[in-house]
Amino acid sequence: MDILRIATAGSVDDGKSTLIGRLLYETNSITQDKIEALESASKRKGLDFLDLSLLTDGLIAEREQGITIDVAHIYFSTPHRKYIIADTPGHFEYTRNMVTGASNTSVSIILIDARNGVIEQTKRHFYISSMLRIKNIIVAVNKMDLVAYNQEKFEAIKAELLGIAEQVSFKGQTLQFIPISSLYGENLVRKSAETPWYEGATLLETLEKFSTQNSELSTIQARFPVQHVVRPKTEEYHDYRGYAGKIASGTFLVGDLVEALPSGQISKIKTIEKFGTQLEAGNAKESVVITLEDNIDVSRGNMLVKVGEQPESRKELKAKICWLDSQMLTVGKTYLLQHGINRVKAKITNISSVIDIKNMSLSNEAPADGGLKLNEIGWISVKTASPVFADKYEDNPANGSFILIDENSNSTVGVGFVE
Amino acid sequence: MLYIGTKFVVRNRTGDPVVIPFMSTISEKTTVYQANDSSFPRELEDEAIYILREVASQFEKPAILFSGGKDSITVVRLAQKAFYPGKIPFALLHVDTGHNFPETIEYRDWLVNKLGLELHVRYVADSIKQGKVKEETGKYASRNALQTVTLLDAIEEFKFDACIGGARRDEEKARAKERIFSVRDDFGQWNAKKQRPELFDMLNGKIELGENVRVFPISNWTELDVWNYIKEEELRIPSIYFTHERNVFERDGMIWADSEFINKSEDEVPYKAHVRFRTVGDMTCTAAVASTADNLDDVIGEILSAQISERGARIDDKRSEAAMEKRKQAGYF
Repeated sequence: MDILRIATAGSVDDGKSTLIGRLLYETNSITQDKIEALESASKRKGLDFLDLSLLTDGLIAEREQGITIDVAHIYFSTPHRKYIIADTPGHFEYTRNMVTGASNTSVSIILIDARNGVIEQTKRHFYISSMLRIKNIIVAVNKMDLVAYNQEKFEAIKAELLGIAEQVSFKGQTLQFIPISSLYGENLVRKSAETPWYEGATLLETLEKFSTQNSELSTIQARFPVQHVVRPKTEEYHDYRGYAGKIASGTFLVGDLVEALPSGQISKIKTIEKFGTQLEAGNAKESVVITLEDNIDVSRGNMLVKVGEQPESRKELKAKICWLDSQMLTVGKTYLLQHGINRVKAKITNISSVIDIKNMSLSNEAPADGGLKLNEIGWISVKTASPVFADKYEDNPANGSFILIDENSNSTVGVGFVE
Repeated sequence: MLYIGTKFVVRNRTGDPVVIPFMSTISEKTTVYQANDSSFPRELEDEAIYILREVASQFEKPAILFSGGKDSITVVRLAQKAFYPGKIPFALLHVDTGHNFPETIEYRDWLVNKLGLELHVRYVADSIKQGKVKEETGKYASRNALQTVTLLDAIEEFKFDACIGGARRDEEKARAKERIFSVRDDFGQWNAKKQRPELFDMLNGKIELGENVRVFPISNWTELDVWNYIKEEELRIPSIYFTHERNVFERDGMIWADSEFINKSEDEVPYKAHVRFRTVGDMTCTAAVASTADNLDDVIGEILSAQISERGARIDDKRSEAAMEKRKQAGYF
């Protein structure tokens, strides 16, 4: 069984909770006691209907304010596959949480209220989904019941978003528009009789057809970051030395010639193992132990790659960065840069431009106050203390991103996409 | 036809929508989807093993919080696989409330012995004796909330900097907001508003001395995933997960296991019944379900058709809507 990871973004007003609630309900993923708990919580709030946002807004502060603040993870299954929804907030103030939630997904559902059309928030969701290179975008035009299932209204929204797509979309990204009503369940699981002019699939049918990210990751250049060296030192495994890790991308085969980075030493893959079972191949996202024919110098944070497929060794990176912390990113400051599992000291040498995510306009000048603020996205240059073996994010998303850690607060303060 | 929404709407014979205020009136769905491919998504195992390997590398002294329940049994299995053919590099910590099911203690000792693990047990009874916590009184008295203090003391005593737990996001709505590496301050407190962003699969476990991290490698598993995994891996589990005859009584519409730890009122008369447990906590906070399931296939079948969620059998969650979030703020896992 495979897993499809989806991000939803939007505010309560867009009907996001209703949409998720209905998907859970229709797939038998919500039980009677949870519904009863919702019922009594709704009554306590003085509502005469079931407030489905209470299902996903799990924090006291969220329920008080009636908004989604942090990412919630929601699970449901169909006979075909398991789904994980990262339900993320839509407010500008919580952009960082949206980026966080969406970073592990391969589908993004952007919700639009048919009455309001494309708003600032829609553009932001679209932009961030594209920045993360989420391949499949579903634009769910919701509340169609409130515009009498008017086709012109739907087409106008579609046209406007396609216009925006010319600026923010990337090659290979698919965009699908579905007219829905979460409230009445139109075109979610069941094809609607109210939209005879719509010939596409329902939301769930569309989701069922997407391929997962893993199959694509396995076809690109192979990267194996070594997490842990397994040395049992028992009698039975006296000389055993295995390199444990999760294959970031590509496929490794037994017998492949590999180079260890940064040492540059070359050896051949002897075995690829999972709990003692020997495999012929290891694919992207699989956690395996690799043993080599020769005793070469490999330790945690090193990377095994196939000979002839080495990534560039860089001590200077240019990257797009989304800032996640209330303390500003400033030029000249030193952070810890974590690329995959490997940490190096890094200094910010330049901030070249900033994108105004509220108005979607790009300023080609350094920010006036000299730094990047919370939720801002910009382009930076970084110098690292030792080489980083990163790919361009667009070529290899699994090996092309990094986080920055503030050594004073230990917090994760930024996420970068290598260019 | 029936529909779900913020209000529930059905259509009457003429096709006009009629708003129905609450769920209780609904008995039919447009389409019924139910997972019938019960194979376990192996991607979840790869993810959990990756997390456990990060724990071994990023922390000095990690421990697995082991309760003897199915989720912590799963975590131990994953740790076994993550470091094979090496040994599990974590000790086990069991916070013993003294109200455990004897079957889980028996199982714990069997597993520790079989895998050659290091086990530390610390007792809530000792915390009570030391005057650090006060035993609850009354009909619903439980040591569930008290164990937080014993846990925090044990973390300090052994200097554990990471505690690995089997909590899952699908269990409860506050848990749905948890990170995989959940940083706790000196007092073990969870601050939901100051959680570190977790981007892609990059985990940041950097902490100051005195702080600790709770790690949840099976965050993305559902109850069904855990059962399918136990089945596919052929793991032994405590016998109370299968049907057995037991003295029980009814309270608040739930079946409670009769034990010396529970204060029964006069009208709560125990009787014998065939039951099993779907989730295992203390005897004071775990309800049983009537069941004849004596094998994993039947257990999975029951879960697939259940109308009650797993935590619906947890009396500790029923105290208030924010019961879990409040316990987590105080240092619960």
